[in-house]
Amino acid sequence: MTIDLIRQDRNVLLEVRRLKMHFPIRKGFLRRQVGVVRAVDDVNFFVRTGETLGLVGESGCGKTTTGRCILRAYTPTAGEILYRRGSGDIVDLATLDEAGMKPMWREIRMIFQDPYSSLNPRMTLLEIVGDPLKLNKAVASSKELEERVAYLLKRVGLRPEYMHRYPHAFSGGERQRIGIARSLALNPRLVVADEAVSALDVSVRAQILNLLQDLQEEFGLTYIFVAHDLSVVEYLCDRVAVMYVGKLVELAKTEALYETPRHPYTEALMSAVPKPNPKQRGRGKRIILEGDVADPANPPKGCYFHPRCRYAKDRCSADTPELRNLGGSGAAGTDHFVACHFAEELALRGVGARS
Amino acid sequence: MPTDDKLIEVRGLKTHFFLDQGVVKAVDGVDFDLHRGETLCIVGESGCGKSITARSLMQIVDPPGRIVAGEMLLHRRAGGNGGGQVEDVVDLAKLAPNGREIRAIRGKEIAMIFQEPMTSLSPVHTIGRQISQAILLHNKVTKEEARQQTIETLRLVGLPKPELRVDGYPFQLSGGMRQRAMIAMALSCHPSLLIADEPTTALDVTTQAQILDLMIGLQEELGMAMMFITHDLGVVAEIADRVVVMYLGIVAESGDVDTIFGQPQHPYTQALLRSIPRVGGGVRQRLDSIKGMVPDPYNRPKGCPFHTRCSKRIPGVCDRTLPARATVGEGHEVSCLLYSMPRLSGHDGQGGGLPNRRGGMA
Repeated sequence: MTIDLIRQDRNVLLEVRRLKMHFPIRKGFLRRQVGVVRAVDDVNFFVRTGETLGLVGESGCGKTTTGRCILRAYTPTAGEILYRRGSGDIVDLATLDEAGMKPMWREIRMIFQDPYSSLNPRMTLLEIVGDPLKLNKAVASSKELEERVAYLLKRVGLRPEYMHRYPHAFSGGERQRIGIARSLALNPRLVVADEAVSALDVSVRAQILNLLQDLQEEFGLTYIFVAHDLSVVEYLCDRVAVMYVGKLVELAKTEALYETPRHPYTEALMSAVPKPNPKQRGRGKRIILEGDVADPANPPKGCYFHPRCRYAKDRCSADTPELRNLGGSGAAGTDHFVACHFAEELALRGVGARS
Repeated sequence: MPTDDKLIEVRGLKTHFFLDQGVVKAVDGVDFDLHRGETLCIVGESGCGKSITARSLMQIVDPPGRIVAGEMLLHRRAGGNGGGQVEDVVDLAKLAPNGREIRAIRGKEIAMIFQEPMTSLSPVHTIGRQISQAILLHNKVTKEEARQQTIETLRLVGLPKPELRVDGYPFQLSGGMRQRAMIAMALSCHPSLLIADEPTTALDVTTQAQILDLMIGLQEELGMAMMFITHDLGVVAEIADRVVVMYLGIVAESGDVDTIFGQPQHPYTQALLRSIPRVGGGVRQRLDSIKGMVPDPYNRPKGCPFHTRCSKRIPGVCDRTLPARATVGEGHEVSCLLYSMPRLSGHDGQGGGLPNRRGGMA
């Protein structure tokens, strides 16, 4: 991967380099450390200003942990998280202490998955949405606070009159809107949305997806969209990164990734998604992966995917593949990163191939 | 393979929950048929009553819920699966929820798989014990025979090394393997109907693909009927023969899978299909969302329950009249006033899919 891309390319907002997040496994009376779970293991990627990067993978692949590392909910074991501030300075989020992170938390916000547990039931909407404003002294008076909260609620499609109500009075979709209003309160630049629409019903999900897009256009937001639903990711994201057992296996522009995947895991993932069209039934044609996802505490040698990969050769169980760029030479939007030894030789099926 | 003989007939089923705050009409007049060997998918958003419909069939609705009206006819064949025997019809709605008769049916003729495999398996009993319990209860077999049957069933659902797993505990299995164990438990007595309530919702896509393939394969092998409850339209398209679309306790539309996806007639079905992003559909086209939320179950809208969100509602008609079922094609029924005019002058809704002009006058 290019070194110091963030310093060369002014469009890059965030660059994650060799990020590792290992959680200790402790056992016994003395809580001795007996091993580590490699939740995120050597992950590299970057995000351009104004784009939406999707982070997909199955449960336990480390996508949520990566998102949380960026917000420094966790302190990474190793690696750099370079972030370009509004002022143009580049800071490494991975090494900042809490005092240093405080101004960053104004610029980087998170939207959570579960709209039921992420809102305090004893606070009114005014308090929930207004809290970040008050804490950061972004408003002068309580009148200004109310005006600002009213504006935010209106922006996400809620009635400002509701601001003195409590979260229990709202449905799942409305609560997710409240969560979005809260994350937007401080005019952030980067928003990490962790499974932001997974808990919602189909008809409401479409509303929230449209809302996220409108807000991005209006406020020039950059999203990191963590999700497991590939159809939602395709709809919303400019580029998509696929993770498997703590590693990034493929990263490319959305069309390229969906039409011409280069990693066998991406291919299998695409083919496993049931399509809402009975004429395209995939039975027999679907790639069914054997076995289960590898244990991140005890991953297989070589490529982590090789025990389930139908193209695996001897080399795959010995050497760990590096993430390489197979796409065009650095021009924005043509890069296609893959971590597979045989990416050039394989002819893999994309999503369109099944019909 | 769908055949013409009916296994289950549900007519006017109403299951209500009597709470302090009021009565929640979770299921409010549901009709459908289920034929032998077919896969019926019930789709809908949360709170539409799809799970309660399934639980009503099994008579396992938790209090304060109660089946208040309707019939659920189970056609039983005496003497196994051979054709031509005399059918004996039982109305499941009339059986006491803890009576002997329903207990003989539950688990034996109708079996159920639940959404979350970890909470529906007992953590303190071995898998073998949990499965053989059902076999011992419903069949005259010895413990050793039951154990052998358990191992066979586990092999059938593709659990590796079943003779070892039979003595293992659920926590030793991954999510997908647990769901396989659940399926094995449901299949252990060769039911004629398998009810699966969101069996793949808690699973990852690749595991979901494994389980769906397994279930389709097992159905072909064992010839049972399947009632599959899900909110995922992708899963529906993948496995269904026929589809029932539910909204707020009523059946909005029912028909075979190609019709529902190809020519949906009910405005709710149409809107639902438009609101899902499709893989391979391209980036960043705008989605047509359904405006508003599913109404509060305590005060359901009068008339057609969907009229508050419907783009084709007829003011003065849809908010007053509960739509009757209208047949718009072969096996294709819609509950919408666009197709069944209100019975103002003895008109009984046979006119079919004519969008009416008289709608405004009522």
